[in-house]
Amino acid sequence: MSLGSSMRPCGDYRTTYASDMTIFATPVTRYITLAFIALLFLVPFVGSPYVLNLMIQIGYYGIAALGLNLVVGFTGQISLGHSAFFGFGAFASAWLSNSFGVPVFFAIPLAGVLTMLVGLLVGIPAGRIKGLYLAIATLASQFILEDFFARAGWFTGGSAGAMTEYLTIFGFSFDTDQSYYYVVLIYVVLIFTFTSNLIRSRDGRALVAVRDHYLSAEIMGINLTWYRVMSFGLSALYAGIGGALFGHYLGFVSAEGFTIILSIQFLAMIIIGGLGSIYGTILGTIFMVLLPELMEWSVNLFSGSYPDLVQSLAYIKEMAIGLAIILFLIFEPEGLAHRWQRIKAYWKLYPFSY
Amino acid sequence: MPSAQTLLQVDDISLSFGGVKALQGVSFDVKAGELFSIIGPNGAGKTSMLNCVSGRYHPQVGSIRFREKEITRLKPNQRCNLGIGRTFQNLALFNHMSVLDNIMVGRHHLLKNNFLTGGLYWLTGARKEELEHRRQVEEIIDFLEIAHIRKAQAGTLSYGLRKRVELARAVALKPDLILLDEPMAGMNHEEKEDMARYIIDLNEEWGMTVVMIEHDMGVVMDLSHRVMVLDFGKKIAAGLPDEIMANATVKKAYLGEEDDDLVDSEGEVA
Repeated sequence: MSLGSSMRPCGDYRTTYASDMTIFATPVTRYITLAFIALLFLVPFVGSPYVLNLMIQIGYYGIAALGLNLVVGFTGQISLGHSAFFGFGAFASAWLSNSFGVPVFFAIPLAGVLTMLVGLLVGIPAGRIKGLYLAIATLASQFILEDFFARAGWFTGGSAGAMTEYLTIFGFSFDTDQSYYYVVLIYVVLIFTFTSNLIRSRDGRALVAVRDHYLSAEIMGINLTWYRVMSFGLSALYAGIGGALFGHYLGFVSAEGFTIILSIQFLAMIIIGGLGSIYGTILGTIFMVLLPELMEWSVNLFSGSYPDLVQSLAYIKEMAIGLAIILFLIFEPEGLAHRWQRIKAYWKLYPFSY
Repeated sequence: MPSAQTLLQVDDISLSFGGVKALQGVSFDVKAGELFSIIGPNGAGKTSMLNCVSGRYHPQVGSIRFREKEITRLKPNQRCNLGIGRTFQNLALFNHMSVLDNIMVGRHHLLKNNFLTGGLYWLTGARKEELEHRRQVEEIIDFLEIAHIRKAQAGTLSYGLRKRVELARAVALKPDLILLDEPMAGMNHEEKEDMARYIIDLNEEWGMTVVMIEHDMGVVMDLSHRVMVLDFGKKIAAGLPDEIMANATVKKAYLGEEDDDLVDSEGEVA
């Protein structure tokens, strides 16, 4: 982040405050990003179903991970119960569309709002406690919600799980990977833009202020309790929307998927991507979705010479996640976002080091 | 120059932490437009006094009134709406934010956009509002001469600059009463001169009432309109700078006096 100011091209002078407060540092970065998003809209025409499937996963996990980054990276709190919010969103959307006939188009955002209410409830202790104690409190919420999923048959379908409908707009059903990809992509673009704006306006600054120095934040007129609880609410909103997108993609939601393991994977995404970085969140999610695929690919590569490897693939995948977290914490604690900055700085300053 | 109107009225404040009596029955008032200093030895309760006014501590006994309004029990974050701002003795910047964002946080209570309207930036007028406040923040940046570092990360700056950014952040609150906790601690002579100039300007041009804690007696005596001296949680003197300089109790407790015996026994060594 400290590189930010020096990364501006020489001779790029701003003459209005508006031009100095844009999301992208320079027009070129803005055009590149917009062009990249435009390219993403073309992927279904060329990508295989396998690629599309991975990208859809990156989309809904990325939205949920961004929510977690708001709590952990931007507000400096900890949440070990993020996958429960993700699951709640998935069930809530299925419940709304199955029990009340709410069209899926509305059920997805409504599920986000319901999850936000749960998140606000879970966030209440966050107004009072910090650090390890908060970690335990959110861990408790994870298990309480898991238990709720298993028992509340009216809501989740109990152990059998819940079927979900496909998203349908004006009779067009988004039941293929090609079409659903666009739904997820639009949600990703909207939510990431929304968050970029949030972070550069009043409440986003307040969240970071609470993280960096809560005592002086309070003197600056920031209501600590409200912002701590609000960050939980927002994170649950994002997780709920991500979960709902997940549910309507798979067509089926069952409680087994939303365990503490997934919560830790969400944490891994934001640690690897970069705490407090919006595009880092996406980088981390890409990393975490592709890592198991990479493991599978390499295991298959060596399966000729080491046939036993194939049986231990599940363990290898989990170990790889753990190893990745540890290696990142040691070698790049600021995550892929920071690494990306360093790479950019290297090319900009080449052949000099500084 | 000091007018007759009382801005801050502190009555009989007592604050204790368990058995430690940090403040005992301290009373004073600050008039609108005044530059008021609190001095005293380390541990005398100066910062505790400021913390009571800014809301970090709530005194067990006594009352604090700001513009006739009782604020003793008010939360810290509610006090900036009334017009109280402060800086800290030990730096309390938001280290990972840019200088500009740090100062913009000071506008928090003046801005109206929230997480929803802020997220929808272009559609809700949040952009316009942020721009207006940016313009006003730039005036403060200009005044404190920190334009060259406005995009730098606050945590990477030198001590003197950070102190200045902290002052800028407090000024951004648009306070009527600004509390400065050792604004010149750890600064070199030149930086102190600059800071003294800023404080005088804030007081005289920006019309802020200043309450300052400072150990540099030259600065305190030159700048202040009135001075209060604390020692072991008690007020031992208050008055014009010249009166304080001449006060025997203050000399004994804090300023120090020329020890005639020492001069006599050591000969020429003073």
